Amino acid sequence: MKAFTYQRAETAEHAAAAVVGPGAKIIAGGTNLLDLMKLQVETPSKLVDINRLSLDKIEDTAGGGLRIGTLVRNSDLAADQRVRRRYGVLSRALLAGASAQLRNKATTGGNLLQRTRCYYFYDVTKPCNKRSPGSGCAALAGFNRIHAILGASEHCIATHPSDMAVAMRALDAKVETVDGEGLIRIIPIEELHRLPGKTPEIETSLKPGEIITSVTLPPPPPGVQVYRKVRDRASYAFALVSVAAIVDSMHGKIRSARLAFGGLAPKPWRSPRAEQVLAGASANTTTFNAAADAVLESARGFGGNDFKIPLTRRTLHSVLTEMTRA
Amino acid sequence: MAEQDPHIAPDEQPTFEVTRRTVIETGTTALLLTALPRAAFAASTVDDDATLPAAASVELRINGHLHSLTLDSRTTLLDALREHLALTGSKKGCDHGQCGACTVLIEGRRINSCLTLAVMHDGQSVTTVEGLALGDDLHPVQAAFVEHDGFQCGYCTSGQICSAIGMLAESQLGMPSYVTEDLAQVAVELTDAEIRERMSGNICRCAAYPNIVAAIKQAGGIPT
Repeated sequence: MKAFTYQRAETAEHAAAAVVGPGAKIIAGGTNLLDLMKLQVETPSKLVDINRLSLDKIEDTAGGGLRIGTLVRNSDLAADQRVRRRYGVLSRALLAGASAQLRNKATTGGNLLQRTRCYYFYDVTKPCNKRSPGSGCAALAGFNRIHAILGASEHCIATHPSDMAVAMRALDAKVETVDGEGLIRIIPIEELHRLPGKTPEIETSLKPGEIITSVTLPPPPPGVQVYRKVRDRASYAFALVSVAAIVDSMHGKIRSARLAFGGLAPKPWRSPRAEQVLAGASANTTTFNAAADAVLESARGFGGNDFKIPLTRRTLHSVLTEMTRA
Repeated sequence: MAEQDPHIAPDEQPTFEVTRRTVIETGTTALLLTALPRAAFAASTVDDDATLPAAASVELRINGHLHSLTLDSRTTLLDALREHLALTGSKKGCDHGQCGACTVLIEGRRINSCLTLAVMHDGQSVTTVEGLALGDDLHPVQAAFVEHDGFQCGYCTSGQICSAIGMLAESQLGMPSYVTEDLAQVAVELTDAEIRERMSGNICRCAAYPNIVAAIKQAGGIPT
């Protein structure tokens, strides 16, 4: 680990102002950042600790939603009664991620901003455009079983590893930020994460010195909520494919549906076209196949991850069948 | 007879012969070692960086005792415990949060001590495996691990035990897990599947899992 200076932030604005310059990083839970620092994938010269800020509350909003402070730990968010009763997809997604020890430490904002688990990003001896822009992408012709089939580019095929963010994407969460001058910005979660294009090193729309302070969930949409995660082990593994689904249906007729996917893309992946296919349709195999076609329209495998295309189709089929039964 | 350090497990007590002189010297050395950045002794945490390590002061209440340390800011909580305070009960397995051998309790909550900096916990309470027994009386989870043979080589055991204690407390608070069928349900029923899911952050390469589950059930007062 490279040496760094350590300071504790007094306010969110103070923290934001302290990380404007290059080499400065916020540390919250630290479970991803310290892991990367040990491998010298991340080499900050200054760490600004925000753990003492009072951004750890979950509050009801006037509009019937929930406002989640950026420092709310993943385990506390998953266990909150309001989340369990009204945003089950979020509770389930959180509980599907990492281990209990990590969830006790990992924060809401940190979960959104965690880095990919692409093997080549982690291995500093290998080319990686995300870690070392312009060096190439070793995953393209390498072991790419865990990599993206949607939204990737020839410069980077890494996936975003979060489960929580996938559920938040289905729930249309809004991310609130502040900068060093106290300027507040609301970013729809769909605009927080960027696709890699030619600049995979730029992963979010956050500006230098802009930090996340909270995530707001609008009131829950009507329907049943499910988070289905398919992975190599039954627990404590990243998703190969995951689906956050909210489906409102009755007597075999789908009124509305929201679908967000994890494990497939460089960001939590929503499929508006598939949702259009489902809205107003009868719940049957033809409909589900058409929805899967819409999700996978631009899907491309890179060899090791070709299996994710049929796996996504089958997972979606299974989830929709379960959710529209009876 | 060497005076036993209550913070060090009996099998890890130093075995050198103690005279009045070495007691005094040891006391002085302990102070010095505590005051100096010793992270360099911890394998793979530090490289030969030209930048001077930044010193940071931290006060930790560990197993009920207050410790004031001046550390290289890079020092993880695990290295602070093992390298600076000789509390070697918490083990370094993977050093990347994947195995759970380093699990300790902070303010009663289980975390991976390898993935957090000691300075981030200034003023907080840490419980390690060394702090669980009351004298010769083992903590119920420790006693249950002994009774059910919840280990083979023992390397993961202190992490398993601390994790199990944290897990039982989480269950008592009604925190759900991935396998909890009804999220609205307030009381947790610790079935084998629940215990296995909740303990999935602790790997045992000897695969003592059935006995670990049995030990946790006994300690948690769950009918088998």
